[in-house]
Amino acid sequence: MLTLEALDIRQDDFRLRADFELETGALAAIVGPSGAGKSTLLSAISGFFAPTSGRVLWAGEDITNAAPGERPLSIVFQDNNLFPHLTAMQNVALGIRPSLKLDGADTKRVADALARVGLAGLEDRKPAALSGGQQSRVTLARVLVRSRPMILLDEPFAALGPALRVEMLDLVAELARAEGATLLMVTHHPADALRIADLTVVVANGVAAAPMPTKTLFEDPPQILRDYLG
Amino acid sequence: MADRAQSLMRLWPGLIAAALVAALTLGTLLAVALRAEGWGGLSPSDWAAIRFTLLQAFVSAAISVALAVPVARALARRRFPGRGLLVTLLGAPFILPVIVAVLGLLAVFGRNGLVSLVFNWFGWPPIHIYGQHGVVLAHVFFNLPLATRLILLGWLSIPAERFRLAASLGFAARDLTRELERPMLKAVLPGAFMVIFVICTTSFAVALALGGGPRATTVELAIYQAFRFEFDLGKAALLALVQFLICAVAAGLAMWLHVPEGGGPGLDRNVERWDARRPGLILLDAAFILAAALFLLLPLSMVVASGIPGLASLGGSAAKAAMRSVAVALAAGAITVAAALALAFAVQALRGRAEKGLVEGIGYLSIAASPLVVGTGLFILLFPVLDPVSVALPVTALVNAMMCLPFALRVLVPAVERVDRQFGHLADSLSMTGYARLRHVYLPRLSAPVGFSAGLAAALSMGDLGVVALFADPEAATLPLQMYRLMAAYRMDEAAGAGLLLLTMSVALFWMFDRGGRINADA
Repeated sequence: MLTLEALDIRQDDFRLRADFELETGALAAIVGPSGAGKSTLLSAISGFFAPTSGRVLWAGEDITNAAPGERPLSIVFQDNNLFPHLTAMQNVALGIRPSLKLDGADTKRVADALARVGLAGLEDRKPAALSGGQQSRVTLARVLVRSRPMILLDEPFAALGPALRVEMLDLVAELARAEGATLLMVTHHPADALRIADLTVVVANGVAAAPMPTKTLFEDPPQILRDYLG
Repeated sequence: MADRAQSLMRLWPGLIAAALVAALTLGTLLAVALRAEGWGGLSPSDWAAIRFTLLQAFVSAAISVALAVPVARALARRRFPGRGLLVTLLGAPFILPVIVAVLGLLAVFGRNGLVSLVFNWFGWPPIHIYGQHGVVLAHVFFNLPLATRLILLGWLSIPAERFRLAASLGFAARDLTRELERPMLKAVLPGAFMVIFVICTTSFAVALALGGGPRATTVELAIYQAFRFEFDLGKAALLALVQFLICAVAAGLAMWLHVPEGGGPGLDRNVERWDARRPGLILLDAAFILAAALFLLLPLSMVVASGIPGLASLGGSAAKAAMRSVAVALAAGAITVAAALALAFAVQALRGRAEKGLVEGIGYLSIAASPLVVGTGLFILLFPVLDPVSVALPVTALVNAMMCLPFALRVLVPAVERVDRQFGHLADSLSMTGYARLRHVYLPRLSAPVGFSAGLAAALSMGDLGVVALFADPEAATLPLQMYRLMAAYRMDEAAGAGLLLLTMSVALFWMFDRGGRINADA
């Protein structure tokens, strides 16, 4: 279970507070107007932005001060998720060995993960030789080999076309369910949330509200969400 | 939330590099100051050297900048085939060994050069290149291209929309000059002038090859003479102190004037100029471009033309000298890159603006340092311990590396920042730290600027004729030194051969590293 305990994030005159729990294995979307702090919330959970006060806990363990790479999560950024100078294989392998020194078992794990996201045979391609969708799949293969209990998505598929974006979201949902991972994803599209997220966190007016069932939320949106949806 | 131990690890190598640079610049200065004779020790000839240093630098900078304005204007408002090549060529004198350029200038402007040949047809006496003329001529040769590039950048920084607006208002070239160009020049010229002034006060090799005598001796040349011929360390130290003061004041002025950035936008931006369509202006621009191109290309072509027959006459000593030079160049390249990377990482790891500025600033100290002053200081420090001649080559590599550090920092500090901005979070999220991060993130992402810096440092040290002249071991000369000796002995064929060899190797070193860094650099 992810617990945000009286979390208070401040930067200059920006402020965001969060105080809620998210069950293990839940698939949750984060929605809200631009600049409300959706990405900042993910940054605080993943360790790139230190909260002014409050704690982040996973399964009861305080991870507020853990280094980003030590946290029980994998994060996928908006862009720059792959190193352009490394092959698909190496980019995934970084998830197991940051030194890239792989033994036979590691190599097999990496190849299996790539096959599982449908990239068998493309192991030696560099990102420039892959399509946008394939690049996203490489990133997801790395999420797989890391096998951390939480997956955070900071709108990584925003630059893809609508059909491809949906395809990727379905893949993410499928992988997360199969691994029993907890998913937190930022999105601009209510349809995305409705498609794969059981729960939705609304970030607006300086508060990240506790997760609500997505269906109920969008059937009868609160005023804040209504203003955003228009 | 960078780990504390982690950030310390990134800090240490940079602090060591900064300490080394501080020791080489300020430490040697202290050694010089302690050793210097009293100020009363300046003889009339020393004062003459000070006067000449300032005068020639002033005249050289003034001529370079004055000639660069029409050339830059022509390049800014004309498109023609070969323009890109010419602009690239304007950067070439930077890695051109001074002694090679001097050889080329002699072949054009010397007693038996092309110009004197033409004069001879008309029954005029040949020109004298040695002395003040020669020093100024060589300085203009080296700095006209630099000035042109700096001023061209100024021109291209004027937004294209302004020219469009001016055209829609029916501005003539004259109006445009008044409203757009003159304000730009006012901002750019003082900085360009001062940079060139600084360069001209510390160009020992030019003074060594073309100056000399009571009327054309610079302070650096006087240091060298006090050192080599009189072996008067006290006097050399005093002169070194004077040289430092000149450099420090000039460099301080240059910084205060805000030197225009060398990089900036591309130099091949296309700006439509409706004001410059008059045939007279086209002819004028063509004349300036042609003259500048000839002035740059003719001496270089002469080096190649006269060097080819000379290559055959080069003996084993030239080959050995070339090997030594390559070793010095590679060592200097490696030291420059290591120090610049270490400093860039430290700057990146530091939080406070003042601390960042201090560490980076130390890296730039050598701008105000004269290799001759550093060399004098090192000699004073080493002399009691060991025979300085025995470490001539390592010292040459080290001093050259330090002199190249500012150029390397200029590209690497922003490059490291860019890599961290782009990939820092990804690397953090994957726990890539220490060696893994250096090996798989920084080095591959930085290969282009690292290659460029290494190439620059290697090419500059390949052709360096500065500190090595002070420490020189007669048995173990570098190629530029060997070439200088051949010229001094009037063995011009061999000198020309050595010159071509040196030119080729400098350009090849730069090209190999620069190209090597960019090949395979996936965008």
